[in-house]
Amino acid sequence: MNHAVKDAAFLPFEPLKQTNSVINEPRLVRWLLIAAALGFLSLFLLLPLLSVFVEALRKGAGAYFAAFSDPETLASIKLTFIAAAIAVPLNLIFGLCAAWAITKFEFRGKQLLITMIDLPFSVSPVVAGLIFVLIFGAQGWAQPWFGDHLGKVLFATPGIVLATIFVTFPFIARELIPLMQEQGTEDEQAALSLGATGWQTFTRVTLPNIKWALLYGVLLCNARATGEFGAVSVVSGHIRGLTNTMPLHIEILYNEYQFVSAFAVASLLALLAMVTLAVKSLLEWRYADQLAATHRSGG
Amino acid sequence: MTPLAVTRPRRTRRTMPGLTPTLGFTLFYLGLIVLIPLAGVFFKASGLGFAGLWKVITSERVLAALSLSFGAAAIAAVLNAVFGSVVAWVFVRYEFPGKRLFDAFIDLPFALPTAVAGIALTALYSENGWIGSVLAHAGIKIAYTPLGIIVAMTFIGLPFVVRTVEPVLREVERDLEEAAATLGARRWQTVLRVIAPAVFPSLVTGFALSFARAVGEYGSVIFIAGNFPMVSEIAPLLIIIKLEEFDYKGATAVAATMLVLSFLLLLTINLLQAWVRRRV
Amino acid sequence: MNARLLLSRLARTALAAAIAAALAGTAAVSHADLLNVSYDPTREFYKDINSQFVADWKAKTGKSTAVQASHGGSGKQARAVIDGLEADVVTLALAYDIDSIAEKGGLLPADWQKRLPNNSSPYTSTIVFLVRKGNPKGIKDWSDLVKPGISVITPNPKTSGGARWNYLAAWGYALKANGGDQAKAQAFVAALFKNVPVLDTGARGSTTTFVQRGLGDVLISWENEALLSIEELGPDKFDIIAPSYSILAEPPVALVDKNVDKHGSRAEAEAYLNFLYTPVGQKLAAKHYLRPSKPENADPADLARFQKTTLFKLDDVFGSWAKAQKTHFADGGVFDQIYAAK
Repeated sequence: MNHAVKDAAFLPFEPLKQTNSVINEPRLVRWLLIAAALGFLSLFLLLPLLSVFVEALRKGAGAYFAAFSDPETLASIKLTFIAAAIAVPLNLIFGLCAAWAITKFEFRGKQLLITMIDLPFSVSPVVAGLIFVLIFGAQGWAQPWFGDHLGKVLFATPGIVLATIFVTFPFIARELIPLMQEQGTEDEQAALSLGATGWQTFTRVTLPNIKWALLYGVLLCNARATGEFGAVSVVSGHIRGLTNTMPLHIEILYNEYQFVSAFAVASLLALLAMVTLAVKSLLEWRYADQLAATHRSGG
Repeated sequence: MTPLAVTRPRRTRRTMPGLTPTLGFTLFYLGLIVLIPLAGVFFKASGLGFAGLWKVITSERVLAALSLSFGAAAIAAVLNAVFGSVVAWVFVRYEFPGKRLFDAFIDLPFALPTAVAGIALTALYSENGWIGSVLAHAGIKIAYTPLGIIVAMTFIGLPFVVRTVEPVLREVERDLEEAAATLGARRWQTVLRVIAPAVFPSLVTGFALSFARAVGEYGSVIFIAGNFPMVSEIAPLLIIIKLEEFDYKGATAVAATMLVLSFLLLLTINLLQAWVRRRV
Repeated sequence: MNARLLLSRLARTALAAAIAAALAGTAAVSHADLLNVSYDPTREFYKDINSQFVADWKAKTGKSTAVQASHGGSGKQARAVIDGLEADVVTLALAYDIDSIAEKGGLLPADWQKRLPNNSSPYTSTIVFLVRKGNPKGIKDWSDLVKPGISVITPNPKTSGGARWNYLAAWGYALKANGGDQAKAQAFVAALFKNVPVLDTGARGSTTTFVQRGLGDVLISWENEALLSIEELGPDKFDIIAPSYSILAEPPVALVDKNVDKHGSRAEAEAYLNFLYTPVGQKLAAKHYLRPSKPENADPADLARFQKTTLFKLDDVFGSWAKAQKTHFADGGVFDQIYAAK
């Protein structure tokens, strides 16, 4: 088994340099835990990812890069980024507002509100697409009111954007709420008592305190926005070169027996996710001190 | 995705500015994007009448699909809770080569389109796949059985637990552990009595999110499930089948049931956490 | 990172994206060209047809046009058209799906099928078996598929139009073999589905399971799909077996009246559908493994690839698509009973 071999390469021989034995586990336990974690990740994450790249590179680098010269592929990449470029900023503004209202004030029904924000996580992508069909479809509720004045929503870019916003709705809010709850309102109180306006307090005090969680939420939201398949599939109409996003285009390529192209586009999505995560890791590492400081100031 | 905070928010001494615009926008956006569209599902389903609704929900096939979706999602979420905590622990506490690399992979299930994940997992876990062929020798079949559904659901929910537990674990003060050890606690007692209570709320959040996501999953599960009525037919597939029969009301009835169940579950967990937070 | 800088950058990105989306949105709306909404295994065929038709139209009328294509599961595509996907023409897997567009969407008259020759089917196909090279399990006819130990791959009739043709072909064979006994036919089909290890949601999904995953001894498939997958995925790996008796699969085409009137594209749409019946269209159909309704126009070498087998018409055995759908595939129909009885 190749994954066993892979694990061995990653297995540490001296997992810990810490010296305080009372708060550390015996070496055997440490190794077992690391082995369990890496084994689990290999089986469920690394191997599926690896298989995507193996398929994408099956016919060599030439075929891999040729996959990206197809105009329909390029159109799908463009559409995916348009959808993400609208969905992510909107959800970012929402996330900031929701987190501010929920963490800086006390009001009744707060848990209900939080649960409603979580709700899109639990809605099946199939249903997420269906709801927009029920509203904007030719038989939908909005039709008699707006008719053709509404322009085309379904089976065009606006529908795809709406579906993307829906499935990525909670990410940024969910990332910010716990952190801001932990940080409380003391820093803001201080700024306000020194005469800062609300906006100044937000941009100069709150924002620097939460920028890491914010960045993190944006990355996750973006990853999910570019990768969404189910909901977008229902509202897209699958018109080639017009309403296919990257995930939909991957399905089409796969169904056309163009396996190399299909996995090449899939690998591009995976690479994008990893690049953003690598950037995140790099920033975390460079600003580790700052990061620790923000964490402490709240905790 | 950290939990709903471990500490209690400090009492507000001065009214913070901006409640009206932020809460206003939050409710407006929530209503526009989530609540009104979802209300449409209930409205459409209500066209069946209560008796009709009850008949759809309690039909043998719908019950089988719902219990499969919720059951498999629960198992997947438990798997994620157990291994996700181990992964988070290892990432926070130990140093080993390749740690950053693995760390960068964790969020991948969000980025990879679910259909690609489904195809990749099926290829790996079917009888002729890298993993499936090994397990086949042991007489274990994963692809095209309910086990396959659990595998796919574990994959898509994996980042939730790791990413909720990791930051909290990082915050746990090691001084406390030292203190516990000085007072004569054994290592396992410290882990159980000092670390576990601090991490528990975030673990529950991760579990809930991972569970909620898995319940509704369609794209990746459909490739690996086998899709047999009564055996490996998940609830979202049943929705698709009902749509295929132009039974929009029946489809929305199943969708509404799933929504209510998930909502109640998430609400219970969120309330539980708020309660725990107040007590700590 | 400066927080304000971050904010203003985000705001600028959002604005730029919104403008780009607005532009893209209008571009999607204003297509005066044709949109052909079709089912899965016809992508390659319509790719050729579209480029030929555009050239032909230009030569005849001097006007330019373009044909947009959308492919997916037949039922899902029909639903999209009903819900507002503005197809000028639909070319689907079975008449029931276009009936639904007429009935539920009111987008074309109920007698649409009489408007074009051959029940509006410019090409036909049938259901055949794809087996592994050399036919190691010795599969010759439908009766071999119900034998214990034979693993049969076919998609889910509840979600796939192609799978319904497969199912009805098996049913038709069993009826004939048992002298018209419906109960025995049901037992036969139930036995067949007992040998199915996975029900993929679409025809291409099943082909992938059989070919890529290497599962199953036999794949029940459209003839055109079987011939194409041999061509694409390995002539040295598979054989096609024609059963003694099978169904004449008639994938119909239709013009969607309401949409062409809205777009002012009736002339183009009519010409497009008629083009399918021309010698060029018929030749292309045969090239893409579809049986042409006028074989005299096709390349004899292409025709030689089709298997000789006795075909029955759906209407002769099941009355009509609407009846077959209701009896067999509706909620609680025969197919559901087969699985409920397990």
